[in-house]
Amino acid sequence: MESTAHNFLRNTHKALNDRGLQSALKNARRGFVDKRRNAVDALPEFEALRQTAIDIKSHSLLNLDQYLIQFEQQVQASGGQVHWAETPTQATQIVTDLCRSVNAEKITKGKTMVGEEIGLNDALIESGMQPVETDLGEYIIQLAEEPPSHIIAPAVHKSRQQIADLFHEHHAPLGFKQPLEDPQAIVNEARTILRNEYVTADVGITGANLLIAETGSTVLVTNEGNGDLTASLPRMHIVVASIEKVVPTMEDAAVILRLLARSATGQEITAYTTFFTGPRREADLDGPEQFHVVLVDNHRSEMLGNQYRDMLRCIHCGACLNHCPIYSAIGGHAYGWVYPGPMGAVLTPLMAGLKEGSHLPQASTFCGRCEEVCPLSIPLPGLLREHRFQIHAQKISTSQSRWALALWAFVARHPNLYRWLTRIGIGLLSRIAGKHKKFRRLPFASAWTNQRDFPAPQGPTFMSSIRSANAKSDKDS
Amino acid sequence: MKVALFVTCLVDLFRPSVGHATIKLLKQANCDVVVPSGQTCCGQPAYNNGDRVNAQRIARQVIDAFDIYDYVVAPSGSCTGMIKRHYPGLLTDDPQYTARAAQLAERCYELTSFLVDIIGLTIEDVSFNKSVTYHDSCSCQRELNIKTQPRQLLKSIGGLRLNEMQGTEECCGFGGTFCVKYDELSATMVDNKVDNIQQSGADILLAADMGCLMNIAGRLKRRDLPVKVYHIAEVLAGMAKDDGIGGV
Repeated sequence: MESTAHNFLRNTHKALNDRGLQSALKNARRGFVDKRRNAVDALPEFEALRQTAIDIKSHSLLNLDQYLIQFEQQVQASGGQVHWAETPTQATQIVTDLCRSVNAEKITKGKTMVGEEIGLNDALIESGMQPVETDLGEYIIQLAEEPPSHIIAPAVHKSRQQIADLFHEHHAPLGFKQPLEDPQAIVNEARTILRNEYVTADVGITGANLLIAETGSTVLVTNEGNGDLTASLPRMHIVVASIEKVVPTMEDAAVILRLLARSATGQEITAYTTFFTGPRREADLDGPEQFHVVLVDNHRSEMLGNQYRDMLRCIHCGACLNHCPIYSAIGGHAYGWVYPGPMGAVLTPLMAGLKEGSHLPQASTFCGRCEEVCPLSIPLPGLLREHRFQIHAQKISTSQSRWALALWAFVARHPNLYRWLTRIGIGLLSRIAGKHKKFRRLPFASAWTNQRDFPAPQGPTFMSSIRSANAKSDKDS
Repeated sequence: MKVALFVTCLVDLFRPSVGHATIKLLKQANCDVVVPSGQTCCGQPAYNNGDRVNAQRIARQVIDAFDIYDYVVAPSGSCTGMIKRHYPGLLTDDPQYTARAAQLAERCYELTSFLVDIIGLTIEDVSFNKSVTYHDSCSCQRELNIKTQPRQLLKSIGGLRLNEMQGTEECCGFGGTFCVKYDELSATMVDNKVDNIQQSGADILLAADMGCLMNIAGRLKRRDLPVKVYHIAEVLAGMAKDDGIGGV
């Protein structure tokens, strides 16, 4: 998708002034936070599980080449095929070629963020095929022609009324003329329409939450069961997954699944957890004739070897988004690219370019809640700071801000000069403030005073008052 | 016990009474207090704006000025967090300073945590007959695991009633230069904080970090709300007598 991350300031302004968005965010926020809290509190071994998961992912990443090859061998042994894609273009080419090979017209899709990352829907449409999203949230935003605003709740920015209006607009021509109010009726209408799509689709594409090396299985969690219908009814099932999703064993996958649902939705386990292993076998009643896994790199093998490796532990639970004060204030679209929130602020500069995404790592107070709730304890603030080092080193920040920083640092490194300048500056400020303890406007600090009063200094600086007290006591003795 | 006060740049420039209150508390705890003259700032503005080289230079300057003392105490979670949690990583490639950074990190404490965890100080004969609410700074809670210590100290203040606000663990939106670079976003965050303070019904807001305090006070005053704002050290030392940060 076309990135608007460079327009972050404008996007933010728009989001903060969008009333519908603000009320949707407010509703979503507390729900996610409280549900996760309860689920974590109810599991005494959460911390131990977290450490085990970190060990599993760290081990898997350290031996990623080996586990990916083992995964490929096992997929082949079960009758499927693995395709390797270094870039998004290669990945979409592989998928569209596979679809063409079975003369596909209609393609059902489960929710896949990697699919968003590689621009899969656009590529399918350009190749004359019709992708149909089957996850309810994805279906809604596909109708609205919008990208997802959250990695596990793609339509979280939409109100019930907006969804009802959208359905009425798109479904009325199909014979569903009655406008809907009730959430259950809205869900039922989508279900009725999607049932027909499942049985007429030629290819089903899903993502994967995990890949298991020892069995060649791909794991998918959903709460709607749409993934299973997408995968098992069409003739061909294509799984699109990024390379860091592989773990060695079933047991390892189970550990991560226990953390994933609790961290994401506060569930102990999602309603559907499916292990797909190869195409339909002889005795199977259902299942696709062909099973393909497209492994997408897209800069991940670079990350494996640089300071951002910890980011590859991410299991895409969305807890960092749900607990982020920035995400809570502006929602996902303002981030401007596929991944929002703290994980997106780390990934966007790596995948869409540091210059393009340079606002995202800077728009953080380093409050640290993301790292605190991350089930894999990814040091997100540290990774954002790492981006800031790069932004400074590559001179992507404005020259004005770099000069100001250099000047400040020079003064801070010379205590006597610092003392002298601050004594004069603070003396001046406190004299101007006089009896008023605050400034409503300050010419050189308008970004502060646009939003808040500026508390005036109390009087002479602490260091000068200490010095005069010391001088006085020296004189007295 | 020789304790060096790292007063922090914001206290030095905007709220010297917090420095004096800190000295008073440390003296009550029988510490021999020293204020090293080589101090300016902990280097966070450079560190958090991507200027690693200047952050390293300032870190070395702080280590040079402070590492001869038994303890270093700062009336700020954020500056303490910088010294304690970030200096060692910042200087891992500098063999002359690696060990010294680690030692300083071990001996450096945020004020309330020093008074409770190291000294075990009980405050006597201080009263403050007000209802207060306490904002936990991100650095205190999440970098230093400080949450109970300030509350324990506040309990020994006569007449003081603590009304906990909702979302006390949420960021106030200061974040150093963040609050001016992304001022609209920051204003939304501080507004949430101010709403929570208002709903707590408290007359007074306390915290242990000047950055948060100046930000929240500034927004409270802009919204013409009568809540007074002090650093916790001022209340603990019985020195919260003026109109507070930003006046009334």
